[in-house]
Amino acid sequence: MTDAGETLSGRHRDPAPNRPALDDRRLRRRYAAERRFKACGVVAIGVATIALAWLLFSIVAQGYQAFVHTYIKLDVAFDAQQLDPTGGNTPEALARGNYGGLYKNALRDRFADVKNRRDRRALYALLSRGAEDDLHAMVLSDPSIVGSRKEVWLTASDDVDMLLKGKIDRDRPERERPIEDRQLAWIDSLAADGRVETRFNTRFFSAGASREPELAGIWGAIMGSFFAMMVTLLLSFPVGVGAAVYLEEFAPRNRWTDLIEVNINNLAAVPSIVFGLLGLAVILNFFGVPRSAPLAGGMVLALMTLPTIIIATRAALKAVPPSIREAALGIGASRLQVINHHVLPLALPGILTGTIIGMAQALGETAPLLMIGMVAFIVDIPTDPLSPATVLPVQIYLWSDMPERSFVEKTSAAIMVLLGFLVIMNAVAIYLRRKFERRW
Amino acid sequence: MRDIARRFSFWDERGHAKATDPIMSPLSLIVALLALSIFAYYFGRRRAFAMAGGRSRSLHSRPGYYGAYAALWCALPALGIFALWLTIQPTVVESIVISALPDAMRNLGPDRMSLLLNDIRNVADGAFSADRATPEVAAAAAHLNRLNATGNGALAVVALALAVAGLAFARTRLAPTLRARNGVERTVDILLVVCSSIAILTTVGIVLSLVFESIRFFGKIPFFDFVLGVEWSPQTALRADQVGATGVFGAIPLFAGTMLITAIAMLIAVPVGLLSAIYLSDYADPRVRAAVKPILEILAGIPTVVYGFFAALTVAPLFRGLGEAVGLDVASESALAAGTVMGIMIIPFISSLSDDVMNAVPQALRNGSLAMGATKSETIKRVILPAALPGIFAACLLAVSRAIGETMIVVMAAGLAANLTANPFEAVTTVTVQIVTLLIGDQEFDSAKTLAAFALGLVLFVLTLAMNVVALHVVRRYREQYD
Repeated sequence: MTDAGETLSGRHRDPAPNRPALDDRRLRRRYAAERRFKACGVVAIGVATIALAWLLFSIVAQGYQAFVHTYIKLDVAFDAQQLDPTGGNTPEALARGNYGGLYKNALRDRFADVKNRRDRRALYALLSRGAEDDLHAMVLSDPSIVGSRKEVWLTASDDVDMLLKGKIDRDRPERERPIEDRQLAWIDSLAADGRVETRFNTRFFSAGASREPELAGIWGAIMGSFFAMMVTLLLSFPVGVGAAVYLEEFAPRNRWTDLIEVNINNLAAVPSIVFGLLGLAVILNFFGVPRSAPLAGGMVLALMTLPTIIIATRAALKAVPPSIREAALGIGASRLQVINHHVLPLALPGILTGTIIGMAQALGETAPLLMIGMVAFIVDIPTDPLSPATVLPVQIYLWSDMPERSFVEKTSAAIMVLLGFLVIMNAVAIYLRRKFERRW
Repeated sequence: MRDIARRFSFWDERGHAKATDPIMSPLSLIVALLALSIFAYYFGRRRAFAMAGGRSRSLHSRPGYYGAYAALWCALPALGIFALWLTIQPTVVESIVISALPDAMRNLGPDRMSLLLNDIRNVADGAFSADRATPEVAAAAAHLNRLNATGNGALAVVALALAVAGLAFARTRLAPTLRARNGVERTVDILLVVCSSIAILTTVGIVLSLVFESIRFFGKIPFFDFVLGVEWSPQTALRADQVGATGVFGAIPLFAGTMLITAIAMLIAVPVGLLSAIYLSDYADPRVRAAVKPILEILAGIPTVVYGFFAALTVAPLFRGLGEAVGLDVASESALAAGTVMGIMIIPFISSLSDDVMNAVPQALRNGSLAMGATKSETIKRVILPAALPGIFAACLLAVSRAIGETMIVVMAAGLAANLTANPFEAVTTVTVQIVTLLIGDQEFDSAKTLAAFALGLVLFVLTLAMNVVALHVVRRYREQYD
C-alpha cells in the first residue's frame, strides 16, 4: 500500500518512470501472508465441519443398533392350567394367568440339565421381563392358542442384547462383564440352533419410559412433546401474529410501542432457564397448572417462541409492498379488511416459515422444562395435555444419566429420532420459503 | 406466592374423578365455549342475511361481521368469567376447607397450617394414599375434592349460561342498521393491543418472580455473603444440630466456573467463527459456500441436549484419555470438555453475526483498498476488520451472554461441586447447573436452597440483559455511521 501511496504523491512532479521497482521479496512475502490467511479460513471451516461430522458420527455409531433388538425363539407350551386356572377363556380370566411361568418352563425344557436354583435364576435372566407381556399379548389376541404348543420369539434381556451386538466383550474375565460364563454357554447353544435373532425393535417406538432398557421406548415422550407443541402452537401463533400485526400495521410510533419492541428483542436473548424459573414461579405456583403437565411445558415454550414468531411475522409483513395496502384502502376497505384479505394471505408463507422454525427450537428445548417437573419418571403414555408427561429432549437427558450400558444406545437412538423431526420441520420450512417466496 | 402455591388439584380431571365426577373439566368447557361461538358466528350471519331478505347490499356491514359480532358477544364474557373464576376459586375453596376443619387444627400457626394444607392437597390429588392420612386430613381432602367439583360444575353452568345470554343479547341487537363492522373492528384492535402487551407482561413476570423470591432469599442469607462468599454448599441438613445445618451460599465459585467455561468456549468459537465468516464471504467460490453454509446452520439447529450428550459421552472421555496419555490428570467432568463443546455450539452464532457486520461495511471501502493494490487479506485485516470492530465486539458480547445462559451442556458435562479454580482440567460448576440441581425434584418452596436458585436466576438475567443492551446499542450506533 505504501508503494501505491508514493506513486500517487509523486504524480505531478514526475509522471514518468520514477515508480520504485517492485521488490520481489516483499511481494512474495505479501502473497505468502495472503495464502496463510486463506489457509486459516480453510482450517476454520474444516474445524466446524469436522466437529459436526464427529458429533453426528458418534451419535449414529452409538445408536443405530437400538433400532433392532435380540429375540430368542423358544418352544412355549400354552398350558391351560397356568393361563386360565378358573376357566372361561375371557380376557379377565386370562389376565390373571401366570405368563412368567410359561417362558420359564420353556427355558427349563430347553436346558433340562439345569437343576440348581441359582443356575435356574441365571437362566431365566436371559429373557427380559417383557417376554411375559409378549406372551400375554399373544394369548389375548388369539385365546384359542391356550392348550397348544408353539414356537415363539421372545424379547431377550438387555445384557444378552448387548453381548450379541458386540458391546460386551466376551473375552474379558467373567467378573468384569454382566454375563456369566454359564449364560454364555447357553446363549451359544441357542445361537447354534438358530434360535437367536435380531429383529426390528418395535417396542422402542411404542413403549413409554422404563427402568429396564429393553422395555424402554420413546412413544410416551413423543406424545408428551406432541401435546406440549400443540399448546405452544395454539398459544404462540395467534398471539405472535396478533402482536406483529399490531406493531407493524396499527401501532403509532410512541414510547409504549418502543418499549414493546425493546422488550421483544430482549426476550429473544433471555436464557431459556430463566423462562423455566418464570414457569415455576408463575405458571405452576401462581396459576396452579399441574406440575409435569404438557400444558405447563407448552405455556413456557410458547412464551419463549413468541419473540421468534413476532420477529418473523413482522419481516413477512414488511415484505408486502405498500401499493397493495393502498390499492385496497383506495377501493374502500377498512384497515382490518386490508390486513385480513390482502396483507396476511400474502405474508402467510413467511409467517409459517418463521413459526415452523420457532416450533423446531421449542421442540429441542430442555432446560426450562426441567424446572417445571417434566423430569419425573412417567411410565404411562400421556393421553391429554393435563396428564403428567415428559418430552423427547428431556427423555434424552434422563436416559443419558442411566448407568446401564444399553441406555447409551437408546439415548443416541432417541437423539436420532429428535434430529429426524427437526430435519423434517426445517425441510418443510425451506420448501415453503422456496415455493411461495415472492419478490415484488 | 406461597400461600396460593401448588393447587393443582382443581385442574386435574382424574383427581376429581376419584372423589366425585365433575360435571365438566375446565379444558372441555373451553372446547364447548369455542364450539358455541362458532355456532354463534353462523347463526349471526344467517340472521343478518334473513333480515336483509337475502340482499346483503341493504346491510350496513358484510354479513360475516354480523356473525363475528354474535360470536364475540357469545365468547368474550364467558371466557372472561372463566379466567376470573379460575383465579379466585382455589382461595375460596381453601378458606371453606379450613373453616370446616376441627377447632384444634383450625387454630394452628401459619407455618403449620400451610404444611397441613399441603398434606390435604396431596391426599386430594391422589399423590398420597388417603388410607395413610389421618381421618381429619382424609375428610378435608374429600371435602376439597367435593368443593372443587362443585366449583367446576358451577363454573360450567355460569359460563355456558353467560355464553347463551351473550348470544341472545347479540340477537336482539342484530339489525340491518347495526354497525357491526365498527364494533367488531374495535374489539379486534383491543385484542391486538393485548397480544402485543404479552411481551411486556412476560418481562414483568420474569422480573417480579425473580426479584420477589430473591428478596426473600436475601432475607435469610445476607446479600454480601452471597456475592462475595467463596464457599458454595447449599445442602441443608435435615436436623438443626447436624454439621452444615444452614448451608453456605457464597456464589463466587459459581461465577468463576461460569467464566472459565465461557472463556474456553469463546477461545474456540471466536477465531473459528470469525475466520469461517471471512472465508465464506471473501474467498470461497459459490459452490463451496452453498455446501458450507448449511453445515453452520445445522450446527446452530442442533438442540443443546444433544451437545450435552456429545460432551459427556464422547468429548470428555476423549480428553481424559488424551490427558492420561501425556500424564495429565484430567477430570472426567473437566471444564475443558464442556467449554469445547459449548464453543462448537457458538461457532455458527459468531459466524452469522460477524458476517452481517462485515457485509454492512460499505463496498466503497473495500474497493478503495483493493484499487490501491492491497491484497484481499490486507484489505480484510487493515480496512474491513477495523471498520467492523464494534460490531464484532457486539457479536462476541451476545455470544458470551449466550454461553453464560447455556444450561444443558454444562448440566450434563460439567461438575456439581463448587470448585474455585482456573485449571481447565478440573471440574467446575456453573450458575445454570446450580439452578437446575437446586430445583429438580420436589422441594419446599420456602427453603433458602430453593430461593437461592431464584437469586442465581436474577444474577443471570441481569447479566445477560446488560450484555444484550450494550451489544444492541453498539450495533445501532455503528450502523448509523455508514447509513
